[in-house]
Amino acid sequence: MREKILTFIEKNSRIDIGELAIILGVDEASILNELAAMEREHVICGYHTLINWEKTGVEKVMAMIEVRVTPQRGMGFDKVAERIYNYPEVESVYLISGSFDFMVVLDGKTLREVSQFVSEKLSTLDSVLSTETNFILKKYKDHGTIMAEPPKDERMKIAP
Amino acid sequence: MRNPLSKQIVQIEPSGIRKFFDIVNEMEDAISLGVGEPDFDTPWHIREEGIFSLEKGRTFYTSNAGLKELKIEISRYLERRFHLSYDYNHEIMVTVGGSEAIDIAMRAMLDPGDEVLIPQPCYVSYVPCAALAGGKPVIIELKAENDFRLTAEEVLAAITPKTKLLVLPFPNNPTGSIMEKEDLEAVAKVVVDHDLFVISDEIYAELTFGDKTHVSIASLPGMWERTVTINGFSKAYAMTGWRLGYACAPKAILEQMLKIHQFAIMCAPTTSQYAAVEALRNGDNDVEKMREEYNGRRRYLLHRLREMGMECFEPYGAFYMFPCIKQYGMASEEFATKLLEAEKVAVVPGTAFGAGGEGFLRISYAYSLEDLKKALQRIENFLKTL
Repeated sequence: MREKILTFIEKNSRIDIGELAIILGVDEASILNELAAMEREHVICGYHTLINWEKTGVEKVMAMIEVRVTPQRGMGFDKVAERIYNYPEVESVYLISGSFDFMVVLDGKTLREVSQFVSEKLSTLDSVLSTETNFILKKYKDHGTIMAEPPKDERMKIAP
Repeated sequence: MRNPLSKQIVQIEPSGIRKFFDIVNEMEDAISLGVGEPDFDTPWHIREEGIFSLEKGRTFYTSNAGLKELKIEISRYLERRFHLSYDYNHEIMVTVGGSEAIDIAMRAMLDPGDEVLIPQPCYVSYVPCAALAGGKPVIIELKAENDFRLTAEEVLAAITPKTKLLVLPFPNNPTGSIMEKEDLEAVAKVVVDHDLFVISDEIYAELTFGDKTHVSIASLPGMWERTVTINGFSKAYAMTGWRLGYACAPKAILEQMLKIHQFAIMCAPTTSQYAAVEALRNGDNDVEKMREEYNGRRRYLLHRLREMGMECFEPYGAFYMFPCIKQYGMASEEFATKLLEAEKVAVVPGTAFGAGGEGFLRISYAYSLEDLKKALQRIENFLKTL
């Protein structure tokens, strides 16, 4: 049941619990219990909103930074990652297989803010060997959701 | 000038859904729950395969019965899903939708005057196809108290010395009714006892819910040799516009169907056939996902309809619900028309699927949950005014 709840609310966390219970064919109380348990266990880490900032007047600059580092003895990459992810402007950090180590996604207000972060904070960390900053030009799809306007229902209105 | 028209074709009634269609189409802001096709797009990997086949220049005819790869995949699929065993070489043909298969099966099997048992409410094409093939449609009225399943007694009561064919349209459009194994076994016995044949239209086979899974009548003992199994890609893979279905039958029947197909159609669309190969090879997850989604809507819709006091049996198949509206003292068409005028929600009057649909509506849940919610709210508003 957990998987069913998660699959559903991953796409729509605002669904009324009563409705969700009907849709999944279970009772409301057991959904509430599962949700509470999953929040406690940190399976559910938050309920966020997917925003297409491009459609607002707000300026946003996003960058994906490939970072190569020297792992620290006894701690592997985790300690280095922690030093990076604690910065609030860091949106996400992934450990990556391949030619670099971390993918750091940065969410800044201006180009200047992003470049300042990279040059003054990220590159100057002892364990960081190199960085390569890639600015995001356009977001097409995020969290499984296509950003363009959803297409209209083009089916005939009545069909046998 | 002489009358250019055939007497037979002039006698055939146009689809009852047509009139309603014209009214609804005029209404810009109507919310429709009247569509008999999936709201999902064809899964991208399947579309991509169609595009790729075009890029590769695969734009020629295929053999009459269809691409060999596709027939092999169909054969594997039927074995895997429904324990049906058909030889791809002589017992499977690819058609232009399930619709063509229905037509040519009737034409290959009927002689003038042969009676065809057709359970109603049902999809709109069986009766005219039987008539065009020279057969005589004999209607079996399915009953609400049986959840619109077909019983052996009903078949028995309709049989005459002229009866040749039984059409088995389950999971059913418009009722959402299904036939479980025991139901089919009882009917199969009558079919064998009276030496009848069956056209089993299983286009909704992938859409059964709960713990109910579809059973193909041809998988029952003694039935394979007297059944034409019809299926297709439209509903399971959301591929209605690709126009692709198939028919499976013993060689002696299929050979004759193939003759008609060969002369009337030549072959099913090539692009669609390549896409369908991909659907059968890698589409199981898509089907599962869509089924899950339909199932959630099904539960929601049933709950809401009952909540607002509509009488409705729980349907386990297809994507339709068939609530009864007799308590409101209106005929189906009147109810549907008033609902459309008052709240701009389009549903299909049950009578579009046969006289036995009087007193019922077909509500499709091939719509997003949001659309369903909106439409149901309007239906509730309408009911309050009655």
